[in-house]
Amino acid sequence: MELAKPAHLTHEEHAPTQPKLLTHPTAKTGLMGWLTTVDHKKIGFLYGFFALFFFLVGGFEALLIRTQLMVPNNDVLTAQQYNTMFTMHGTTMIFLAVMPLSSAFFNFIMPLQIGARDVAFPRLNAFSLWTFVAGAIILNIGWFGPIIEKIIGGNHNAPDAGWYGYSPLTSKTFSPGHSVDYWIMGLQLLGVASIAASLNFIVTIINMRAPGMTMMRLPVFTWMTLFTSFLIVLSFPFITIALVEVMMDRNFSTAFFEVSGGGMPILWQHLFWVFGHPEVYILILPAMGIISEILPTFSRKPLFGYPIVVFSGASIGFLGFAVWSHHMFTTGMGTVATAAFALATMAIAVPTGVKIFNWIGTLWGGHLMMRTPMMFALGFVWMFMVGGFSGVMHSAAPADAQQNDSYFVIAHFHYVLIGGSIFALLAGLHFWFPLMFGRKVSEFWGKLSFWVIFVGFNVTFFPMHFLGLNGMPRRTFTYDPNLGWNTANFIATIGSYVLGIGMAIYFIVIVYTYIKGEKVKKDYWDGRTLEWSLDNPVPEYNFRVIPTVHARDAWWYEKHHKEEVAKENAEHAKAEEAHGGIHMPFGSIWPFVASVGLLIVSIGVTMFSSTTTPGIGPKLGLSIVGGVVTLIGIYFWSLEGNEGYHIHLDKDGKVIDDGHHGKH
Amino acid sequence: MSSHAAPATIDHHHDPSTSTGIPNKKLLMWTFLASDCMFFAALISTHLIYRLHPPAGGLDPKVIFSPELTSFSTFILLMSSLMMALAVTAIQKGNVKSCRWSLLTTIFFGMIFLGCQVYEFDHFVHDKKMTLSNSMLGTTFYTLTGTHGCHVALGVLWLCLMYVRSFKVASDASWFGKQLLHTVTLLVALLLSLKVTLGLVHGLQVEPTIGAGIAHFFGHEFIYIALALVAYGALAFYFAKPAGPVQFNETNAIDVESMGLYWHFVDIVWIVIFTAVYLLEYL
Repeated sequence: MELAKPAHLTHEEHAPTQPKLLTHPTAKTGLMGWLTTVDHKKIGFLYGFFALFFFLVGGFEALLIRTQLMVPNNDVLTAQQYNTMFTMHGTTMIFLAVMPLSSAFFNFIMPLQIGARDVAFPRLNAFSLWTFVAGAIILNIGWFGPIIEKIIGGNHNAPDAGWYGYSPLTSKTFSPGHSVDYWIMGLQLLGVASIAASLNFIVTIINMRAPGMTMMRLPVFTWMTLFTSFLIVLSFPFITIALVEVMMDRNFSTAFFEVSGGGMPILWQHLFWVFGHPEVYILILPAMGIISEILPTFSRKPLFGYPIVVFSGASIGFLGFAVWSHHMFTTGMGTVATAAFALATMAIAVPTGVKIFNWIGTLWGGHLMMRTPMMFALGFVWMFMVGGFSGVMHSAAPADAQQNDSYFVIAHFHYVLIGGSIFALLAGLHFWFPLMFGRKVSEFWGKLSFWVIFVGFNVTFFPMHFLGLNGMPRRTFTYDPNLGWNTANFIATIGSYVLGIGMAIYFIVIVYTYIKGEKVKKDYWDGRTLEWSLDNPVPEYNFRVIPTVHARDAWWYEKHHKEEVAKENAEHAKAEEAHGGIHMPFGSIWPFVASVGLLIVSIGVTMFSSTTTPGIGPKLGLSIVGGVVTLIGIYFWSLEGNEGYHIHLDKDGKVIDDGHHGKH
Repeated sequence: MSSHAAPATIDHHHDPSTSTGIPNKKLLMWTFLASDCMFFAALISTHLIYRLHPPAGGLDPKVIFSPELTSFSTFILLMSSLMMALAVTAIQKGNVKSCRWSLLTTIFFGMIFLGCQVYEFDHFVHDKKMTLSNSMLGTTFYTLTGTHGCHVALGVLWLCLMYVRSFKVASDASWFGKQLLHTVTLLVALLLSLKVTLGLVHGLQVEPTIGAGIAHFFGHEFIYIALALVAYGALAFYFAKPAGPVQFNETNAIDVESMGLYWHFVDIVWIVIFTAVYLLEYL
């Protein structure tokens, strides 16, 4: 088969004389290696690193919340500190833990599953990562409020208006300090990062599939990556605009959400939930993808009803845009709107239920291998179902009117977010650990952490159902002893400590394994999808030869048609060598520079107040400096061009020419 | 001038290196535009919601808007889309020179649109007393049309960068400095032209006769006119004469085409805004 040489690869033959600033960085290790990397695996690793760090931060905040609620009239936290804790716990867990951890898997696994050597736009990918880090910094900078106050004065604090930022809590009247500004700008940066990353994933999945990898042969995790990415690019604009409107209210005295100027705070709720509900599926669809990879592998069976799983994922994504107002049943929308959103919410339970049955069908009659990833995956199916049952109860608007803003809702969404998303992400980490690092977690410690987490999780959150039905409201920092909530709260707090210990075991074991764990050979779990065809750790160029896909479970097919595939690969390797070897993109520092610029702009607009005197104050000044840095980053980024270099391998897959020497 | 010898035939509608045959850059742009649609959807919804629920004592849009001017700038923006399409066709045929002229015309029309918007905002604020914060109409109007104006301005910047890029000489060691200087000169020339044109309009408006208006104009804007002329002179006689064969050729068609998609999208959004914000008031 003759492979045509794409036009963009021909550029390098007549590479122009480059000025010094535009010489491509070649460092692969050390700080510069990390800052300039465009390798999707390293970027995925960094996403995972930051996500797990913030997961621990968010978990610590949760433990403080539970400690405060352990006994009535407790005073571990003040009311103000409690507001900060629940705001930052929610925001951190959603935007800085679960989303980037999903993104880590998208980055690392998805290109390997479709047989690609990288994502479509490697430098854009680096930009997404560093912009995410910038957003995380801005969101958390308020913790250092007292230090900032000492240096520049003003009123600085961590955000405290809830992760939903309901208007008018975010107005100047009720949040005169800078805390809400940090929240707004942090989310804006995270939105930029998420949209840029998602655009990249969509193009990669649609356009960079290996020959023979038709859409209906894509692994389900890749499908869910695609749906999640579409949800992100279509829903994030709404929160971006809503946040722009709040920013204008706070900085330019407009009245989008100011009642005194004719604004309607309810508009914020609509804009927020038009984003916020798809966001819920952004958190759970990647988890469903991971589970759909793990269950077949450990049941020794293909996924049951693959097309149905894919299409139910699509309909969840589609319906996800039509149910946002079920978060607002008690706002008095009117009976027609309430009924319509109640029906749509009931409808969305159908494709979700279909998936559950598909997973059960996959397990049915399989030879179940009870390894650690499988334990977490089975925990997911069970716990996610519990969360789904309490979720569908909310679709009945009259019942929801009772449960709204109570601990029942807290119980529900922690069952779907911990029992769902987190369980699946923890399962995925165990599952792909041998591929990522060439080591495996000890079964004993892995299973122990699972059981401690499982027990701790249920002891924490199951009593909250009863607390909610007994009337305990969300977001209150303490309660009276005579309300009948004491026992359940005490049990929940003990459970949260057990959960914390479980997580500690999990992460200590992961870190230990990363350094000293047992080394394993390639394809440790006897997998079905293409990522398992690679050596571990995965070489920089991923595939020696771009694979040709013949079946849905591509690697399974290869394992059973060794001769045919070997012949085919040898031919393709020759053809590729004739076209100049393996093409690799150059590293680049400019995406990092562009992100640093955005960080400077954000510090300018959040940390400083507007000056009343004319002229350039620190707010405007820093914004201009940051804007210029971003512009420089993007300008050089576009000027350095998208050339790459070529790697040549010998017969055993050893690099004989890494392209940095010789003619280039 | 001769452009670099392009490969014999390039199929501009099929890229063999991708699974679907759609070039990655084009697919990226389509997906981004889908996202951008949602940004405008949120802004237009905000405007229409407050149109249906106006605060008491709000401004009457019919008193403020001037549909003649906006119709004119809408027409100009639509014509810029035509020129953009011609630029894409030209570069697909490898005709760099024709592509440059079409890009320049697109920039010119884009600048007219921006000029009209600057004039309109100035007029609304100073004569009609509608500011960003004194009325809900002002708030939603300036936010929505301002966001669109930023999109147009960004598009013009992109067009300028593409135009300047078409002069990059492969063998020239100092290409980077020349490109940067070229870009800055072009942007300065455009901004000066905008200022001078608005100055002329202002002169004609404040003085009773045309002659007095022109005299007023020269009196106030002379130095800027001179600077603009210098900039245009440099653009025409220095920067537009590359020292050797340029790199820009048929293989760059995809870059121009992606930019074109963005430009057309911004135009289409304006048609929606023109209908929903302006025309709706006159139904």
